[in-house]
Amino acid sequence: MEISKIMKKKIEELIEKGKRIDERELLEYRDIEIKTGVSAKAEGSAWVKVGDTEVIAGVKLDAVEPYRDSPDSGNLAVGAELSPMASDRFELGAPDIQAIELARLVDRGVRNSECIDFKKLCIKEGEKVWSVMIDIYPINDAGSLIDISNIAAIAAVKNAVFPEYKDDKVQYGELTDKKLPLSDLPITITVYKIDNKFVIDPLTEEEDASNTRLTFTITYPDEVINSMQKTGEELSEQEILEMRDIALKEGKKLHAKVMSLLKQI
Amino acid sequence: MAKEEKLKRPDGREKEELRKIEAKVGVIKRADGSAMFTFGGSTAIAAVYGPRTLHPQHLQDPETGVLRCYYDMTTFSVSERKRPGPNRRANEISFVTTKALQPAIQIENFPNTAVDCYIMILQADASTRCAGINAASLALANAGVPMKELVSAVSIGKTGDHLVVDVSKEEEDFTVMKDGKEIKAATDIPFAILSRSEKISLLQLDGKINSEDLKEAIELAKRACKKIAEIQKKALKKVKDEA
Repeated sequence: MEISKIMKKKIEELIEKGKRIDERELLEYRDIEIKTGVSAKAEGSAWVKVGDTEVIAGVKLDAVEPYRDSPDSGNLAVGAELSPMASDRFELGAPDIQAIELARLVDRGVRNSECIDFKKLCIKEGEKVWSVMIDIYPINDAGSLIDISNIAAIAAVKNAVFPEYKDDKVQYGELTDKKLPLSDLPITITVYKIDNKFVIDPLTEEEDASNTRLTFTITYPDEVINSMQKTGEELSEQEILEMRDIALKEGKKLHAKVMSLLKQI
Repeated sequence: MAKEEKLKRPDGREKEELRKIEAKVGVIKRADGSAMFTFGGSTAIAAVYGPRTLHPQHLQDPETGVLRCYYDMTTFSVSERKRPGPNRRANEISFVTTKALQPAIQIENFPNTAVDCYIMILQADASTRCAGINAASLALANAGVPMKELVSAVSIGKTGDHLVVDVSKEEEDFTVMKDGKEIKAATDIPFAILSRSEKISLLQLDGKINSEDLKEAIELAKRACKKIAEIQKKALKKVKDEA
């Protein structure tokens, strides 16, 4: 744990009373801002700010050989880099487990929700398909990177357009107005357990005070759960089901908020 | 409402039927503790060294020993040769495996030490992280690491309309025809459950479920892990009796 025991105790005491150090409700999300098209050479990009946490995500497209077992499907790859600029806790070097987990969580959400129709990314079956490469860069870590990285990723995906494909080559810089083939975008919501209460959208100090989190990726309106990941201490069945209910309910609100912001762009 | 199709598992198993399990303890002589665990075609071996001094020193914790688990697969454990060395998936599995086993061990009395657990998958037919956790739990006990309880792991799957216990590779790759094209339609939910408290120390999901499915999945996992814990205890008793 990185915060002092005094700070941890203070957070726990407040949370017992249903309060947080920034005066939010336990299940209240910070204000969200989204801007898309923030990086000119990317085929799609988005900058997301939730409270003080800022994340940029970009999408690059390329025409590649399909995988052997899916000759008519496009590919997806998701990467994340936790640069030391975002936090004094991040170090230079190859992605560590935090960055790997972050990327893989976003990947599972996007992939399992089938929000991108990979069959429609086929250029020539068995030979050429579009590869969608999403990369996530937190710029400032003030907590809740997992959920916010997902928002940035889906915003970038929604912003993305195909580049021209001529003479068997991708013509970077020549953008079409054709968007990626998308359907319901997934929302990620991580429920953190602090003492015996649950919070969402934690600050860094709250993440430190928490020993257990359960991440859900959910597609609305059907409320299908596409991925789950528990990390930290053990949970009882009752706790898991309670966290599931929180995720479904609060995820719905978050989804509505994010979709309305994306519409305005 | 669509009529639910009758459950037909590719290998003919019942809904809650586990594949053939083999559990053996003490398979790596040089290690402090070791074990092998098999679910059908998935075999994991685990070796535990420790508690031993933790290097590098700056990672030591003066308040407790530290558990570190490392999961990897042999190159030939899967159909298409896997590049040697842990990849990102293996790193993630190592991470969640450590978290799955941590609650069961008590190493606060071993400050500045590490308990290192190495898991290798010799052959893979889905549920490898579960086989790994089961082997690791045995290896930790075999090493004499103080343990409050055993950790037992199993994967619950959803293929089409049905939840099933102990997912095989064929079930993991389950597809359905939609608009004339074959699409992936399986969900994999690995669980690890602590034998005494019945609390859940590993929970992941990859696929698609409805919210009601989760409750049933937990119930199925609890029942299956009880059976697995009995098998693990038998394996530990066997080596104790032979000693």
